[in-house]
Amino acid sequence: MTLFEAWLPVILPVIFALVMISVFMGMCAYAVLAERKICSYIQGRVGPNRTRLPLIGNVPILGDFLTGLGIFQPAADGLKFLFKEEITPGHVKLGYYYLAPIIALTPALTTMVVLPFGRYVDAAGVVQPLALANLDVGFLFILAISSLGVYGIVLAGWASNSKYPFLGAIRSSAQMISYELALGVSILPVFMWSAAPGSEYGMSLFGVVQAQETLWIGIWQPLSALIFLVAIFAETNRLPFDMAESETDLVGGFHTEYGAFKFGLFFVAEYAHIIMGSAIFVLLFAGGWHFLPGLADPWPAGPVGAVLSVLWFLAKIAFMIFFFIWIRWTLPRFRYDQVMSLGWKILLPLAVGNLVFNTLLIALIDAL
Amino acid sequence: MSANGTSEMITINLDGREVEVPKGMNAIEAAKLHGKEIPHYCYHPKLSIAGNCRMCLIEMGMPMRDRGTGEPVLDEQGVQKIGWGPKPVIGCATDVSPGMHLRTDSESVKEARNGVTEFLLINHPLDCPICDQAGECRLQEFSADHGRGYSRFIEDKNVKPKRTVLGPRVTLDDERCILCSRCVRFSQEVAKDDVLGFVDRGTYSTLTCYPGKELANNYSLNTVDICPVGALTSTDFRFKMRVWFLKRTNSICTESSVGANTTVWSREGKIYRITPRRNDAVNDTWMTDSGRDLFKPFESDDRLTHYTVDGVHQSPEIAAKAAAELLRAGSVAVVGSAHSTVEEQFILEEIAKKTGASVSMVKHEGEGDGILLSEDRSPNLRGALLNGLISELPKGDLTLLAAQVDSGAVKTLLVVNEDLTQLGLTEAQLGQVKIIYLGAFANAVSQVAQVVLPSLSVFEKSGSFVNQNFRLQKFAAAVPGPRGLIAELGVLAMVEALLGEGNSQAPTIAQVWERIGQTEGVFAGLAWQKIPEEGLKLEAGSLAKLNFVESKNLKLDPAALEAAQALPA
Amino acid sequence: MATTKVIERKPLTFAEKTFLPQIATGLKTTFGNMLKKPITLQYPEERPVIPDNYRGVPTLVKDPNGREKCVSCQLCEFVCPPKAIRITPGEINAEAEPDRAHVEKAPQEFEINMLRCIYCGFCQEVCPEEAIYLQDVFSLSGYSREEMINKKDKLYELGGTLPDEHFKWDKKKAAELSGNPEH
Repeated sequence: MTLFEAWLPVILPVIFALVMISVFMGMCAYAVLAERKICSYIQGRVGPNRTRLPLIGNVPILGDFLTGLGIFQPAADGLKFLFKEEITPGHVKLGYYYLAPIIALTPALTTMVVLPFGRYVDAAGVVQPLALANLDVGFLFILAISSLGVYGIVLAGWASNSKYPFLGAIRSSAQMISYELALGVSILPVFMWSAAPGSEYGMSLFGVVQAQETLWIGIWQPLSALIFLVAIFAETNRLPFDMAESETDLVGGFHTEYGAFKFGLFFVAEYAHIIMGSAIFVLLFAGGWHFLPGLADPWPAGPVGAVLSVLWFLAKIAFMIFFFIWIRWTLPRFRYDQVMSLGWKILLPLAVGNLVFNTLLIALIDAL
Repeated sequence: MSANGTSEMITINLDGREVEVPKGMNAIEAAKLHGKEIPHYCYHPKLSIAGNCRMCLIEMGMPMRDRGTGEPVLDEQGVQKIGWGPKPVIGCATDVSPGMHLRTDSESVKEARNGVTEFLLINHPLDCPICDQAGECRLQEFSADHGRGYSRFIEDKNVKPKRTVLGPRVTLDDERCILCSRCVRFSQEVAKDDVLGFVDRGTYSTLTCYPGKELANNYSLNTVDICPVGALTSTDFRFKMRVWFLKRTNSICTESSVGANTTVWSREGKIYRITPRRNDAVNDTWMTDSGRDLFKPFESDDRLTHYTVDGVHQSPEIAAKAAAELLRAGSVAVVGSAHSTVEEQFILEEIAKKTGASVSMVKHEGEGDGILLSEDRSPNLRGALLNGLISELPKGDLTLLAAQVDSGAVKTLLVVNEDLTQLGLTEAQLGQVKIIYLGAFANAVSQVAQVVLPSLSVFEKSGSFVNQNFRLQKFAAAVPGPRGLIAELGVLAMVEALLGEGNSQAPTIAQVWERIGQTEGVFAGLAWQKIPEEGLKLEAGSLAKLNFVESKNLKLDPAALEAAQALPA
Repeated sequence: MATTKVIERKPLTFAEKTFLPQIATGLKTTFGNMLKKPITLQYPEERPVIPDNYRGVPTLVKDPNGREKCVSCQLCEFVCPPKAIRITPGEINAEAEPDRAHVEKAPQEFEINMLRCIYCGFCQEVCPEEAIYLQDVFSLSGYSREEMINKKDKLYELGGTLPDEHFKWDKKKAAELSGNPEH
């Protein structure tokens, strides 16, 4: 018993981490399904509605309903990626070629370590964050790690030793660097307001969320929210910014030479980025697990309240994912020069201007 | 040339145009000469005039003369009046005369044709989808050109027998017959086998054979050719292929020395039928029935299909090299063939010259019928004589050659086509010599030959023959030969080149003719392109004095020829 | 010389320059689409309605008496633009089939190469016997090239029987049997 108690601090995080990865990967799988279904609905189609699992699919009404929704489709998709023939083109740089998809997925999974996804009011009435690690510099950690994602794409493009992946990778790296600037600058006002001197949370994400208890930052900092949103689209390589893939002119972009499970990793990484981006946007600008702006949280203290807060947070993320997909099937792809000019000539000056304006505003308030 | 052999030209007025035509020509031919078609069914240029189809109705008029005085009757302008006939006349039986006026496309003529066509179609069945004549049917063509396009006939059509067997090769569909009587006249006048005729009257009139007889003469299929509709059909070609799929190639009949001009009808490498091609100097528009079947043996299994050296399949180049090797050893004898073309005989002669070989040939003779089947059953005996391959008429066997083999004077034989075992040589004698065999079919010689060079049929190669009248006629390849075979002219030329210093490229027929044209004699100055499609009459010279086997037939009269030869002397 | 006409464009307003209202309109459109009923047909279970004049796979039909209508006139073979049709004409054996001996001609073999066929319908248009029809079969598949060549049996199986309006050959047979009464 004592041995177990002694090892508990080590075992618990491992278990938590495993649970979190499972949930996260499950969300990725169903984000894919959501993408397929929503694009079908937008295009007047039905989407996946044939895959049926043996037992649950045979339940009279429920089985047909779930099959129609395509609930079992992710399992089929996943198995397909697993069992496809593993083809390695003869002209690739082998080590980097296999490394690239791993590098693409790892940062997305790593960033969730610092992601607070709920809150727990303990017996003492103190609000505790629900997170694997509540770092004080949580957001810096996220920025640092998620930037590494571009290495996966660049490495894939280079290791493929083929022109289309290479072009895709170059575009992608340039685009990521351009928009990371705007992204970083756009959120500075958020922390300036939430982590004002004397605040107890510093740059931790939990602090930002707690600061939005009454009013979401997105509502009184709309410019920051907009710039951040656009930049997040660009950072995740989603349409209208999918210069890296750009299948109309680059075949498949960076993953042209990838197939089977390796392609599956890239594919999952894209949706992992979407989920992470959605989560961060919700945390920074949409109040995290807080109920609605102006309304006090209705959930009680204790475990029940904690679960409710987590579910509410997930619901907000789900809406953001839907928004990502919705945008994708509405807007056409930018031209590459448009992407660049939007990033450098519009978003970056806007973000800098926004920062200066907020700085002056804070200084003015302080002086008064 | 007009029918009576004179070429005196007269002027007539054809549809308001003054044209020159030979005197005595009938209106159909005269109009055709100047590009005006007068539709006709019963008229045939090589048969007598019957005038029973009424399709060739035209308007005719003569310059008017006063009956009493014989003075021309003039109109107000002082131009002689034209006395147009009150009714149209038939063009086939109207011979042109000076000053005659003809109208071939006036309203009344068109109306007449329209009426005639309507009557012809009254009882004609709508058989075109199953009729073999469709596509080359005069009734079909003229109904489209001159018919009214729909039928006013509401009564029941006449019913006649559909499948009367007239003879071994001809089947009659009586319903389609328009009673033009071309076949009847042909049987009487050309085939001299008067078995066909009409019985019954009016719409019940029917073409039949004389009871107890059948249309079995060797020219019966010509009735099918001249039938303007699909009534007379060839039993062999019946329902085989629609004519519009068939490719036409000019060819020459190899049955006998007459050298009838033919058209070979083929589709995708398969020959479907052979029909005569008009050549007034050779065969008019006829040919024998037996000549139409000559393509069939070449579809059989016993054809030689591979170049063989000592029983092993080889490429033509290697086979030619092996043949040249054997020929270089000397003591060569060549057995040529009167079935070879002029070009092949020329190259053979060159090979004989280079190897110092003696050349022999055998005759192929049969019974002639006095029309288009001559006694000499080889198409190109005169070509061999003109080429200098042989200098006298060939004998029936090769006893001389057999003696030479026995004596050891001949050690290598180059045989073209002939089966030597049938010609006085024993198999033991064949075993004593090396043999190069060139032929289309396997026989006793090809089985023992060291080098076998398969040859192509007359339908698979181009070339030329010289017929009984010393007429040089060329033919073209209609279908490709068996896979991998080249024309024997090419193989022979390769052998010849290997014997000398030349390179062993198979020459084109035009290149061979460049060499033939440089020789002395009747071929001097000739070229392949210069041989007209209708043939070229060559000077027989001293060869005419040879005692050829042919007796009088359609276009050959040896007695008259002899008389003509004797005249200047 | 071609003249160039310069069209003055209305300058964009500030809202238009941000593109945000346009994006919002686009989002509205796609969201509206999402709520509409899908137009997809669940194909193997649900089949589209084939119009009467549809040009599907060419087939051979028989007349109501079960007689094959084709007389192998080969007009379809002639007119076929991609040369997909191949007919071997044949004569009907009068002893074996006295019922239709009066037709005389029928295809011995009739092949339509569906890898070549372009479904133009010329064969149907040209057929004097109304024997070939492009009917409602539209899905055709096979494992080999040979399988995609429709032979005579297959063509009749696909074609079935269509109502005849002319009874040309029946009339002909009747006339042949009655003959000429006055004769």
